[in-house]
Amino acid sequence: MSIDISQFYQVFFEEAQEHLNSMESLLVELDIGNPDAEQLNAIFRAAHSIKGSAGTFGFTDLAEVTHVLENLLDRIRKGELALRPEMIDAFLDAGDVLKELLAAHRGNGVADTAQVAAMCERLSGLTVSVAEVPIVTTVAPAVADDSWGLFDEAPAAATEPAPAAVPATDDSYGFFVDLPAPEVAAVPPAPTLAVARTIAEPAVAVADRRAAPRVGGGGETSIRVDVDKVDQLINLIGELVITQAMLAQSAATLDPVEFERLHNGLAQLERNTRDMQESVMSIRMMPISVVFSRFPRVVRDLAQKLGKQIELKTIGEGTELDKSLIERIADPLTHLVRNSLDHGVEMPEERVAQGKAPTGTITLKAYHQSGNIVIEVGDDGAGLNREKILSKAREKGIAVHDQMSDNEVWLLIFEAGFSTADVVTEVSGRGVGMDVVRRNISAMGGRVEIESMTGIGTRMTVRLPLTLAILDGMSVAAGKDIYIIPLGYVVESLQAERNMIKSVSGVERLIQVRGEYLPVIALYEIFGIPDTVTRLDRGIMVVLEADGVKAALFIDALVGQHQVVIKSLESNYRKVAGVSGATIMGDGHVALILDVAALVQMAKSTLPLAA
Amino acid sequence: MSKTILAVDDSASIRQMVAFTLKASGYDVVEAVDGMDGLEKAKSKSFNLILTDQNMPRMDGLMLVKGLRALAQYKAVPILMLTTESSDAMKAQGKAAGATGWLVKPFDPQKLVDIVKKVIG
Repeated sequence: MSIDISQFYQVFFEEAQEHLNSMESLLVELDIGNPDAEQLNAIFRAAHSIKGSAGTFGFTDLAEVTHVLENLLDRIRKGELALRPEMIDAFLDAGDVLKELLAAHRGNGVADTAQVAAMCERLSGLTVSVAEVPIVTTVAPAVADDSWGLFDEAPAAATEPAPAAVPATDDSYGFFVDLPAPEVAAVPPAPTLAVARTIAEPAVAVADRRAAPRVGGGGETSIRVDVDKVDQLINLIGELVITQAMLAQSAATLDPVEFERLHNGLAQLERNTRDMQESVMSIRMMPISVVFSRFPRVVRDLAQKLGKQIELKTIGEGTELDKSLIERIADPLTHLVRNSLDHGVEMPEERVAQGKAPTGTITLKAYHQSGNIVIEVGDDGAGLNREKILSKAREKGIAVHDQMSDNEVWLLIFEAGFSTADVVTEVSGRGVGMDVVRRNISAMGGRVEIESMTGIGTRMTVRLPLTLAILDGMSVAAGKDIYIIPLGYVVESLQAERNMIKSVSGVERLIQVRGEYLPVIALYEIFGIPDTVTRLDRGIMVVLEADGVKAALFIDALVGQHQVVIKSLESNYRKVAGVSGATIMGDGHVALILDVAALVQMAKSTLPLAA
Repeated sequence: MSKTILAVDDSASIRQMVAFTLKASGYDVVEAVDGMDGLEKAKSKSFNLILTDQNMPRMDGLMLVKGLRALAQYKAVPILMLTTESSDAMKAQGKAAGATGWLVKPFDPQKLVDIVKKVIG
């Protein structure tokens, strides 16, 4: 019988990846002068684990590198070899090589054998006597076959096993004692407490059973589920919500007394559906630590390269967000962190000259706030340079003036091709970053804001909806149709009075709200909707704010507030400017969800600057 | 009635491979993720054979062997340690802890089955 072990490859790949990730974060955290014994052990175990399973599944290149790595780590953790800074760099690079090899085996890229040999050599070179760390496969030393054996009680057998029916030359397995009788009587288990004490374990491990540390690969308390299955589930729940809304709508016309039981039942259904929805959405939620965990390495490498001293603080690592957002937020966040490192935090000498500590701090903070997840990237560096930004903007022909508020100036850095870096560094300065960052975040239904104070620091705040599939919306009417405005953008709604409406060049374009002039976006004009209210003092103005810009959306009337299931218009019809999606209302009609960011941009561009 | 084996290893891929291999040969297999998990599972169910890795978090293989041997129920049940090398030091430690034998990793799945058969039939 031959067993196909390739079915376990996928599990091995994921497992190895987790070990590599944990190895990397532990290496970065390690205090070289006084390394924590438990951390060293954990790093060793990670390398050892990878070696064991890589060997078992036949990935010899991985096994080779981890074998050398593990030998070094073993000696370091036992105190036989002193830990030096260049070793950490070598170990981190080895981790990178292993990641590449892993990717190659998974089908992304090609394994570079020269790189493997070079890495092994470099690692071997870290020890005083190179000869001690040979590159061998993982099988046992030169004995004939010591790959198994039984420990025999017979005194004649000193180190050689003399098992019952075992080939004497095979040491790859073995038995210490004569094989016991196969049947074992079921004896009632001994009192657990007494036994626990006889194990010489640190008291913490035994006493703290319930608060046990996270076990790698925890078998029985979680199961791996295909992401597609979860998405399908979410889709079905979405359909359920729509159906339930339709039922509620139909029942609304029925007499509540006569159909009391029906109404009660439907109310119950709504509660059940909502609970189920929340529960299913939470399946896809993961802690943001998944994203934050990559930053210690990024910060370390970059700080080293730039010659700066940086401390990275993370707060709120356990804050959860949807899996798909995690994947998409990683790159934008990385860009923001690199910006802070490159442009924000000053060189140590400069900082000292300003009376600051030489080590700068970058803070990553995540928390939930009214249905959103908020992620802040802050630094205590030099802050944004207003003058530089203004002059760069003028260079690029962007209309600016000196009375612009700081907020408006900071927003300029999101313009395409914008960068005030004097020198284009390898890291940043090519000016393709921030506009892509904002676009990516908008595409996720989120917003990014900037706060900065010269000499004090800068803080970028990213706000993302907790989920991509459901939206809290304000429904409004224009003509015969209903449109949905994502609640997150709504500031207030009001009925404009004659004296609030201001004209520009004879066309009514602005309204004045408490001293502020807001451009009016007349929805009927943009979408060409017939039979609507056209007088600006007759309909309703909904004040919106997106990316720091405010505008007033003019519609006929407010309808209500609902949670809607977002359906893609693009995949069912085509992309429409100003529309970010659609939903099916309780009465079965389709309502379009407005792309507020796009509409506000439209208003901004058609508006000449107020004098 | 089929024999039941407890497979203890912190590597999910190895555990799954071992479980699959042995189940395909007619044994029942229960998996444990480290020494402590293994010990708890051993107390709540009867096993005919224990296979354990050595390097695991929370409680390693040697500790598990010692812990099992301290239980009346497992004084004579065969315990095989899965190790990455078969040095004299390892053998001495294993024997002293009370293990029945060892098997060096990486091993061929077929070999595992053969050895298990030899031990518990």
